[in-house]
Amino acid sequence: MASEAHHLETLALREQFNTEEQQKDASTLGMWVFLITEIMFFGGMFLAYTIYRTTFPNVFGIASSSLNLPIGATNTCVLLLSSFTMVMAVRAAQLGQQKMIIFFLIITMLFGFAFLGIKAYEWTEKFEEHHVPAQAAFHLDGVTGPDQQGHAKLFFSLYFAMTGLHALHMVVGVSILAFIIWQTARGTYSAKYFTPVDIAGLYWHFVDVVWIFLFPLFYLIDRHLPK
Amino acid sequence: MATAAVLERETYLNSGYGLKSWLLTKDHKRIAVLYFITISIFFALGGVFASLIRLELLTPQGDLVSSETYNKLFTMHGVVMVFFFLIPSIPATLGNFFLPMMIGARDLAFPRINLLSWYLLIAGGGFAVFAMVAGGVDTGWTFYTPYSTSYSNTYVIATAIGIFIAGFSSILTGLNFVVTVHRMRAPGMTWFRMPLFVWAHYATSLIQVLGTPVIAVTLLLVLCERSFHIGIFDPALGGDPVLFQHLFWFYSHPAVYIMVLPGMGVISEIVSTFSRKSVYGYAFVAFSSMAIAVIGFLVWGHHLFVSGQSLYAGLIFSFLSYFVAIPSAVKVFNWTATLYKGSISYATPMLYAFGFIGLFTIGGLTGLFVASLGMDVHVTDTYFVIAHFHYVMVGGTIMAYLGGVHYWWPKMTGRMYPEGWAKLSALIVFLGFNLTFFPQFILGYLGMPRRYHVYPEEFQILHVLSTAGATILAVGYVLPAIYFLWSLAYGEPAGPNPWRASGLEWQTPSPPPTHNFDRIPVVTEEAYNYARVVEEEIKVGQ
Amino acid sequence: MDQHQEHAPHTEHVDSVKTYALVLLALLAATILTAFVATLDLGPLNIIVALGIAVVKMLLVALFFMHVRYSTNLTRLVIVGGMLWLAILLLLSFVDFGTRGAIGVLGR
Repeated sequence: MASEAHHLETLALREQFNTEEQQKDASTLGMWVFLITEIMFFGGMFLAYTIYRTTFPNVFGIASSSLNLPIGATNTCVLLLSSFTMVMAVRAAQLGQQKMIIFFLIITMLFGFAFLGIKAYEWTEKFEEHHVPAQAAFHLDGVTGPDQQGHAKLFFSLYFAMTGLHALHMVVGVSILAFIIWQTARGTYSAKYFTPVDIAGLYWHFVDVVWIFLFPLFYLIDRHLPK
Repeated sequence: MATAAVLERETYLNSGYGLKSWLLTKDHKRIAVLYFITISIFFALGGVFASLIRLELLTPQGDLVSSETYNKLFTMHGVVMVFFFLIPSIPATLGNFFLPMMIGARDLAFPRINLLSWYLLIAGGGFAVFAMVAGGVDTGWTFYTPYSTSYSNTYVIATAIGIFIAGFSSILTGLNFVVTVHRMRAPGMTWFRMPLFVWAHYATSLIQVLGTPVIAVTLLLVLCERSFHIGIFDPALGGDPVLFQHLFWFYSHPAVYIMVLPGMGVISEIVSTFSRKSVYGYAFVAFSSMAIAVIGFLVWGHHLFVSGQSLYAGLIFSFLSYFVAIPSAVKVFNWTATLYKGSISYATPMLYAFGFIGLFTIGGLTGLFVASLGMDVHVTDTYFVIAHFHYVMVGGTIMAYLGGVHYWWPKMTGRMYPEGWAKLSALIVFLGFNLTFFPQFILGYLGMPRRYHVYPEEFQILHVLSTAGATILAVGYVLPAIYFLWSLAYGEPAGPNPWRASGLEWQTPSPPPTHNFDRIPVVTEEAYNYARVVEEEIKVGQ
Repeated sequence: MDQHQEHAPHTEHVDSVKTYALVLLALLAATILTAFVATLDLGPLNIIVALGIAVVKMLLVALFFMHVRYSTNLTRLVIVGGMLWLAILLLLSFVDFGTRGAIGVLGR
C-alpha cells in the first residue's frame, strides 16, 4: 500500500518511492536534469569558441583545414553507429532479451573504443605536426606573424580542451556500459525493470550529440578555401 | 520481564549507532546533520581568516602580515565562506532535513546521491584546506586571469580542484531537490499548497543545476592553462581575460541567489508562524522566487562594468540589474503585510527574521547603488561593495540560517534551546553585525579600496569601529554554538509542535522517526492555514 | 494532484528496428552532406547550413534514439530550458563582445 510507512526495498522499488512507475519517472527525470548540467558544462567552452572564432575567423579557417577531415567524419559515423546499437540495446531490454542487450552493448562499447582509438591517432598526428599549443615548436602553416600564431594556439587550445573533455565523457560512458553489461549478465534486468540501461542510453546519446556539434565547428570551417 | 528502561521511541538519531550507520546513511535527516557539522567547521575556518583580516586592518600600516599573506587571507576567507559555507548552508542542512517532510515524502528522490553530495563537499574541502595549509592561494576568491593562470605562484590548482568538486556537490543537491519536488509530493500536495520554503529551494536548485556547471568548466580551463598551457584567457595569444570574467560571473552572480533564496524561504516560514497568519500574497512570493532565479541569470555583467566590457553591454546589464530587485522587494512587502494585524510573538527565530528583513533591505538597496553605472565607477572595488554583499550575505543569509536553526532545533533534536541566551545572542549578532559593516559603507564611499591592508590614516577610526563590531559579532556566533551543544544534553525536551506552527514537519514527533511519517499524509489544506488553527484554538479555549 | 501523472510508461512504445535503421541512415547521410556542403563557398551561409544540419541530427537523435517522442511534457520543458540557458549564456555575452568599441569603454 502506497500510504504504508515503508515497504521492503527492491531494485525496482526503492524505499523512498511509492510505485515502480514513480521510481522510473524520477530516475529518467534525474538523468535529463543531469544532461542539462552537461549542456551548460560544455556550454562555457562553446562560448569561448564562438567569441574567438568571430574574432579570428581567418586563422580559425586555416587551422580547421589542418584537421584530418576524413578521420573526423569517420569518427562522427562511428559515434552515430554506436548510438544505433545503443538504442537497439535499450530496445532489447524493453523486450526482455538479455542476450541481445549484452550483444548490442558490447558492440556499442567497441564503437566507443574505436572512437577513442581514432582520436588518439589524430592527436598523435597533431603532436607530430606541431599543432599542440604547449609545444615550444608550435607552428601552423599558412598563417603569418607571431600574433596569428597566437590566435592559432587559441583554436588548438579549444580543439584539445573540447575534444578532450568529450573524450573524457566517452571514457566514462564506456565504463558505464561495462557496468551495465556486467549487471545484465547477472540477470539484474527484465522487461519490467531496465531503467539503468535506459538512462545509460540517454547519457551515451548525449555524448554523441555533443560530437555532432563539435564536428562541424572544428572540422568544417572554410573547407572551400584552396589548400 | 521487561527491563526497567522505557522502550525508547525510534527516531532518526537512535535508529543505528556507530560510525558506519552515519557515514553510510541514506537518511536525509542524518545527512543534514553531517552537513550541519561540516559547514559549521568551515564557517569557523572562514571566521578565523576574517578575524586575522580585521586584526590587520586595525592599523593603517601593514604590520601584522605581509601583503602577500594578506592577499591569501582575503582569498581564503572568500573561498571558504562562499563555496564551503554559504552555498551549501541552508539547502544542505535545513533543506535536506525538511524539504522531504514538508511535501510528505519519506526521503529525497536519490538518497545515495544525497550522501555522495556530502562526500564531494568533504573531498573538495580537503583539496581547499590542503592548499591553505601548504601555503595558501592569493588570487582573490574570484580567480581573475591572467594572474591566476600565468602569474600567481600559489596553490591555485589545488584550490580550483577543491571548488570544482564542491561544485558537483551543489549540482547533485540541486538535481535531487528538483526531481523530489516534481515527483515525490504526497497526495493532495499540489504546487500551490507547498510551503514557500519548498518553492524557495526549488528555485535555488534550478540555479544550482544551470549555473554551477559553467564555473566548473571555467575553473577546469584555468587548470588547463596553468598545467598544460592551453591558453584560452591568455592575452599573449590574443585571448581575452574578460572572457574569464564573463564565464566566472555567469555562475557567481546567480550563486548569490543560491545563497539568499533559501534564507528567504526560511523567513517566510518564521514570519507566518510567529504572526499566526498565512503569508500574505502566497502566489506572489512563490513566483518571486522563480523570478529571482531567472532574472538572476541575466545580470552578471554588472560585475564587469569597469573591466573593459563594452559600454553598451554595461547599460543593458545595469538595466536588467534593476529588474532583479523587484521580486526581492515583493517578498519584503509581503512579509510586512503578513505581520500587519498578525498575532506577533518575539521568540528568537522571529528576532532573526526581523533582522533579516531590515538588513537584507539595506543590502538590497545598496545593491541598486552599485547596479547604477555611474555610481559603480566610483565605488567598485571599494569597501562599499564589501559592505553591500556582507549586508545581504551575513545580515541576510546568516541571519536567516540562524533563525531557521533556532526555529527547527526542537524538531531536529527534541530539545529546546535556552530562550534567554538565544535572544541575547540575537541582539549581540545584530549589534555586532551593524557595527562591523556599516562603517564599511562609509569607508568605501570615501575611497578605501578593497583587498588593501595599508591605508591612509584618516580611515583608521572607521576600521577600528569595524573590528570592534567584528569582535562583538564573533561573540554573538560563539554563544549559540555553546548553548546549542548544551541543549543537546540539558535542554528542555520539546514536543512535536512547540511553536504551534502549520506544516507537515510539525505533525511528526520531535525528533522524527527515520521514515518521517507512519502513514503518508493526504493533504487537503492550503499552506499556513492559521485561520483554521486559530479558530480551533479559540473554540477549544486555548 | 497525484505525483504520478496518468501517462503510459514509454516501455509500451517499442520502436521497430526499421525505424531506428532509417534514422541511422538519415544521420549518416546528413554527415556526408554537411562535409560536402562545407567544401562549397556559400559565404555566411556555410555556418548556418552546418549548424542547421547539426540541429537536425540532434533532433533525430533526441526524438528517436532518446525517445523524446514519447517523453512527458516535463522532460521536454527540461530540454528546452537547458538549450534556452545555453542561448542566454551565448547571446548575453555577445552583447559585450559584439559591441566593443561601438559606443566606447566605460570611464574613458
